[in-house]
Amino acid sequence: MIHSLFLINHTGDIFLEKHWKSVISRGVCDYFLEVKEKAVEPENVPPVLQTPHHYLISIYRDKLFFLSVIQTEVPPLFVIEFLHRVADTFQDYFGECSESIIKDNVVTVYELLEEMLDNGFPLATESNILKEMIKPPTILRSVVNTLTGSSNVGDKLPTGQLSNIPWRRAAVKYTNNEAYFDVIEEIDAILDKSGMTVFAEIQGVIEACTRLSGMPDLTLSFMNPRLLDDVSFHPCVRFKRWESERVLSFIPPDGNFTLMTYHVSSQNLVAIPVYVKQNISFFETGSCGRLDITIGPKQTMGKMVEGLMVTVHMPKAVLSVNLTASQGNYTYDLATKVLVWDIGKLNPQKPPNLRGTLSVQSGAPRPEENPALDIKLKIQQLAISGLKVNRLDMYGEKYKPFKGVKYMTKAGKFQVRT
Amino acid sequence: MTTMQKLLQLPVNAVNIVKTVQSQVQGQEEDKSPVLTPDGGQQTWYNALQPDELRHLRSGGSGGGFGGGGGGGGGGDQEERAVLEEGGGSFQNQPLRHDDLKEMLDSNKDSLKLEAMKRIVAMVARGKNASDLFPAVVKNVACKNIEVKKLVYVYLVRYAEEQQDLALLSISTFQRGLKDPNQLIRASALRVLSSIRVTIIVPIMMLAIKEAASDMSPYVRKTAAHAIPKLYSLDPEQKDQLIEVIEKLLADKTTLVAGSVVMAFEEVCPERIDLIHKNYRKLCNLLIDVEEWGQVVIINMLTRYARTQFLNPNINESLLEEGGEKTFYGSEEDEDEDDEDKDKKAEVATMAKRKPYVMDPDHRLLLRNTKPLLQSRNAAVVMAVAQLYFHLAPKAEVGVIAKALVRLLRSHSEVQYVVLQNVATMTIKRRGMFEPYLKSFYIRSTDPTQIKVLKLEVLTNLANETNISTILREFQTYIKSMDKDFVAATIQAIGRCATNIGEVRDTCLNGLVQLLSNRDELVVAESVVVIKKLLQMQPEKHSDIIKHMAKLIDNIQVPMARASILWLIGEYCEHVPKISPDVLRKMAKSFTNEEDIVKLQIINLAAKLYLTNSKQTKLLTQYVLNLAKYDQNYDIRDRARFIRQLIVPTEKSGALSKYAKKLFLALKPAPVLESPFKDRDHFQLGSLSHLLNAKAGGYQELPDWPEAAPDPSVRNVEVKESVPEWTKCSSREKRKEKKVEKPFYSDSEGESGPTESADSESDSANGSESVSGSEVSGSGSESEESEEGSESEEEEEEEDEEKDKKKKKKELKKKPVQESESEQSSEEEEEERKHERKSKPRKSDSETESGDEEESESESSQSESDESESEAEVKKKKKAAQSKPPAKPVKTDGKKEKKEMSLLDLDDFEPAPSPQVTPVNSFLSSSLVTDLEGLSLSDSVLSPATIAPSSALKSYELLHRITGEGLSVEYCFSRQPFSPDANMVAVQIQFTNNATSDTKNLHMEDVKLQSGMRVKEFPEIELLPAGETTTAVMGIDFCDSTQAANFQLCTHTRKFFVSIQPPVGELMRPIFLTENEFKKEQGQLMGMNEITERLTLDVKCRNEHTIVQRVTTAANLSRVPCGSDKECSPPVPPPPPDHPVHRFAGRTVTSSSLVLVTVATKEEGAAQLTVNCEKMVIGTMLVKDILQALTQ
Repeated sequence: MIHSLFLINHTGDIFLEKHWKSVISRGVCDYFLEVKEKAVEPENVPPVLQTPHHYLISIYRDKLFFLSVIQTEVPPLFVIEFLHRVADTFQDYFGECSESIIKDNVVTVYELLEEMLDNGFPLATESNILKEMIKPPTILRSVVNTLTGSSNVGDKLPTGQLSNIPWRRAAVKYTNNEAYFDVIEEIDAILDKSGMTVFAEIQGVIEACTRLSGMPDLTLSFMNPRLLDDVSFHPCVRFKRWESERVLSFIPPDGNFTLMTYHVSSQNLVAIPVYVKQNISFFETGSCGRLDITIGPKQTMGKMVEGLMVTVHMPKAVLSVNLTASQGNYTYDLATKVLVWDIGKLNPQKPPNLRGTLSVQSGAPRPEENPALDIKLKIQQLAISGLKVNRLDMYGEKYKPFKGVKYMTKAGKFQVRT
Repeated sequence: MTTMQKLLQLPVNAVNIVKTVQSQVQGQEEDKSPVLTPDGGQQTWYNALQPDELRHLRSGGSGGGFGGGGGGGGGGDQEERAVLEEGGGSFQNQPLRHDDLKEMLDSNKDSLKLEAMKRIVAMVARGKNASDLFPAVVKNVACKNIEVKKLVYVYLVRYAEEQQDLALLSISTFQRGLKDPNQLIRASALRVLSSIRVTIIVPIMMLAIKEAASDMSPYVRKTAAHAIPKLYSLDPEQKDQLIEVIEKLLADKTTLVAGSVVMAFEEVCPERIDLIHKNYRKLCNLLIDVEEWGQVVIINMLTRYARTQFLNPNINESLLEEGGEKTFYGSEEDEDEDDEDKDKKAEVATMAKRKPYVMDPDHRLLLRNTKPLLQSRNAAVVMAVAQLYFHLAPKAEVGVIAKALVRLLRSHSEVQYVVLQNVATMTIKRRGMFEPYLKSFYIRSTDPTQIKVLKLEVLTNLANETNISTILREFQTYIKSMDKDFVAATIQAIGRCATNIGEVRDTCLNGLVQLLSNRDELVVAESVVVIKKLLQMQPEKHSDIIKHMAKLIDNIQVPMARASILWLIGEYCEHVPKISPDVLRKMAKSFTNEEDIVKLQIINLAAKLYLTNSKQTKLLTQYVLNLAKYDQNYDIRDRARFIRQLIVPTEKSGALSKYAKKLFLALKPAPVLESPFKDRDHFQLGSLSHLLNAKAGGYQELPDWPEAAPDPSVRNVEVKESVPEWTKCSSREKRKEKKVEKPFYSDSEGESGPTESADSESDSANGSESVSGSEVSGSGSESEESEEGSESEEEEEEEDEEKDKKKKKKELKKKPVQESESEQSSEEEEEERKHERKSKPRKSDSETESGDEEESESESSQSESDESESEAEVKKKKKAAQSKPPAKPVKTDGKKEKKEMSLLDLDDFEPAPSPQVTPVNSFLSSSLVTDLEGLSLSDSVLSPATIAPSSALKSYELLHRITGEGLSVEYCFSRQPFSPDANMVAVQIQFTNNATSDTKNLHMEDVKLQSGMRVKEFPEIELLPAGETTTAVMGIDFCDSTQAANFQLCTHTRKFFVSIQPPVGELMRPIFLTENEFKKEQGQLMGMNEITERLTLDVKCRNEHTIVQRVTTAANLSRVPCGSDKECSPPVPPPPPDHPVHRFAGRTVTSSSLVLVTVATKEEGAAQLTVNCEKMVIGTMLVKDILQALTQ
């Protein structure tokens, strides 16, 4: 299966290597680096490459390439999914997943990789299990360890490894028992020039944070489960129960986890919370263009739209911009040609507006395509699909936990074509 | 780095050295203020490469000092450090530093050892050579500190292969570890022992693995499974012994071991498929509880296994489809002619003969147990299940994977890349599966190019006559993109759409011609190439395009495009006789500056012109040939020589020159633009080989289905008394139970339908059917497969049963499925159960079912039953919906309808078909479809009166008895979803042969439709005996218009021109909306989209039921519940009871536009009718129809 792993930064330096079988020279990465050079954007490097003796499967995350070397047939998604799990684990352990943090924690990283794969086959990938075997570094612990000589490595087999509930630690104890659920919905939409919806759908996710003692068995039910069209679950959720009763029944992992993701059935019309009026034009004569964007509320269900932000990837020919924003600030990155207009809260009375001129490189042909606008927004306390959690029940434990549900709507891949 | 390497011609190592030095110097700089770094402890070891601590040690400094860590050293330190760092990569200074590490490793303090090991591991991680430390490290293998030990293991595994002799020193420690009471230590000892690749210890490893394979701890056994492939790769000679171990571990009953041992199986002996037999059912049943990675491996292996053991479920695909529909009609006949038992039996007998395929229950087990995994969060698992379904499932069931795969498109771009590749392959084979998700493949400008291109591929594969206009509109947007590679790909995609779909060829061509004036050369060039291919299909129509392109030759510089234009002009020089010589003149002028491929085409052009128009071009041709004669490229010289010989007549020229014209101006076949993903599905989907379209090392071919099924009994296992190990833990047991449970409605929802579609002829009462029947019910299966879970199953089902009693409603809704199940079971059984039921009605689960079966039987025999009235009502209702209208359908059904109406509020009813769950792809019989739908609704929380019942079917005359010479044909809109295509309106046609002779070969011909409309013809009726009546169902997509569908109805002797024109009310299907949703939608359809009429209600029709009935009769809408709205938050105050407002909702069948109807009653029969619909024409017509219905 997975033979070796190389971590490569975006400039092409290999700063970590780990082999699970015999050693493979890091020269094998040259094939990859060559392709990477050719592809202008790192996203355009094909995730699977073939070299004379090996196959290279890579992912690009947080400006790092995780490059794995494969020798025989293996499902590519298996490797890709695992590499992402590795990156997630680093994120989980160190708070971020960057070159410097990995270098700083190289031994922990190495111990983790050692535990996650055995002979190239995934062994322990659940964060709860890993954390029992290798404790995440904290300042306090490192001080204690130096004084007492104790180590970061557990000497007992994590209980999760043996049970059918590998995601949960045994003997969890909290003084305050809490369970929080965040229902976060993202609107994926493509709007055309005239503001008509070309495509819109709602993708939701329920992020949970449970700090519950013992082995609680939770049941979460919805007011209107029929809204959910397609779902995927954390392994803890019992499929059959969902299929028959449309309730989520599970023994939760300890801590933060993604309980489920869902897709709202396409039968329902998607409410688009904002309208965008835009006019971007480039003049045939003279090297300039005009930009005028207004954003206003459309279907906000009476809630405040926050965190509004518009990103425009300008054509390469645009040299600089001279704009005035009625609200918020804008920045224009000359190198990447990205215009970001950070609006903040949307004022329904006075829709924010950004207008001004764009100066285009003289002599360059008029850009023929107008750039698309990417919109980011956030609406608190609203699940735009109307999904509502009905109740949360706990079985198996005596205490009364504190339960909380929070709703939020965000713009996912929300694009306005111009 | 690569560039630098190339420049300097350095080996990789050298470059690395340079780099390391650089990075170290950098590191050193960062290091100057380590105190400021937040994470002191971690920083310390990172300093490991810095020598300042070592200096402490050497000078006898306290070991504990490193906590404060590499504190800012003085100037002296700096110098020394610099020297050492320089030497980091060079050989000379290495011993010095390593001496320090050795010293630390030899010390007594664990903390020092740990520190040293951390530094060493950091070196290993960076890929630096630390092999000379081996002796010092290996001594610490027995260290008590577990972290030191672990790091030593890491080091050992890395270097043991290089230092085999020294590695042997550690073996005894591991051997001791293997006997440790702590399972973690046993496991890790085995793990390291098997990971150090030292050939001498193969026998020791073998022994250790064998021992561990029977260890108490499943974790150790798992480790043993992992060790197997390691040993195999070290010494393939051991294969036979290893297979024995694998066999033993395969029998293991824990989920922990299952994934790992299958992995070992796949690496060591994938060809020994026979080892799986005994464990097949266990693996299927455990699957859901195995960890994700194991699931992937097991599913992939089981796909291969199933391919060798079961029959192809699609083997008689054509037969099956045909047969499936036949059955459907057949079953209807059965119901109509119940009394004529003989006929029925004859029918059954023929069916049994025709239908040899019955799915192996084990095959079904696999499909059923993998299906829930489509909901996994792990993309690899979802993909594995998807490929399993693609390769193994009956055609009708494959559709379920589409939704899950589309979901993966939301994931990381790498996942998207792989999934899209697989979707592209699937769309070629099974286009219909992804058609509903067309929009999910729309491209965003922020997608990476490779994703864009793949999405384009999928969109192109999905294009067909109906959706091409939407797709082309999308493509139009893409063409303007800034990403030129993507634009080029889009143009090619347009070309492919145009070749595949004749209707849009001209549109595409025109669009592409417009692109020729694009400013971007790449775009123009790509368009030229594609236009060339398109023109080749029908050149005579497009001489002006050729002219236009000829003009472009002055401007276009891209060689490929120039070559294409020249070829086009040469090929079709007869269409442009005036221009072509001029083009040749221009090209002759610029010949020397052209690219090779252009030159070749110039020569070609010259040759062709010479042959057709030698008068004007003779000299030019000779000039070009002369130029080519002295060209640098030998290809061109050769070509010129060859052509000169061929076309210019000389005394020496051979026989060939006579045929020159034939050679050059032969009709060339138009190119076929094919998808690069064609035929990729011979690789197992989701595999690396599929992705690369080349066989990867170790790829196991997916075998073809066997001709005859191997003996299924090999999978039978003797039942052991002992309780399976995994049920011992109490908490797990609970979970287990839940997982294994088979709540019968969920199961039957998912699986019973398809089962029947696969064995759709199973109405017959032969014995084999009882297998699948019992499978569906989940109990009473004779195969021991259910042994493990059967107890809990029964318990669960009893629980369910109790619940059911509480909610009678639910149960009743479930009935349809059970009824359809019952059709499968034999009559004798039913007889037996009848007695049972009479004595104690409904005690246990199985008896309930038997009760249901009995009901259905009583229905089929139309005997008086002692069932409760409501149940009987449900069935009659159902029957009314299913069966074709009998001789006088309107009247009788109408009566039934009214009777039901009064019962509606008291009891349950059959819900109207909802569009939500219509299986797009399946050829289920329509009765089954309704059953399933009724079922799916039963999960929801609908209150009974929410959806209006489907109304009496009004039938229309298609062919009168007299004009039809004895054949009379009537049709009605059955209001059932048309299962093969959700966009079609189902039309039920009833043929009655009133003549004295038989009518044969009834079929449709010569369908004339308005553009956009489509028809799915009914299957030919071979024989209609005199005096008999039969029905058929056809589907028509009216495109939301009331245009008639004209066609000829043919018998073996005559043809009749007939047409079907739908009333506007039949162009929609009911949907369920809550009152709030209704109002919300209504708010969006104001202005032009709203039509209001005042009316006075007929005296007879002032009560609620009549209004509802009349409206639903006029239009296929469903009623919106009022007042009883529990789902949405603010309760709307109900309108005054005297003047209720009735709301109805639906969607048009083709475009899914909402249709909302409101009837607000007022005093004394006055009322206001409001219709909101995006399609104004439909709205206007609907108002008229409903008005008429309400006032008549």
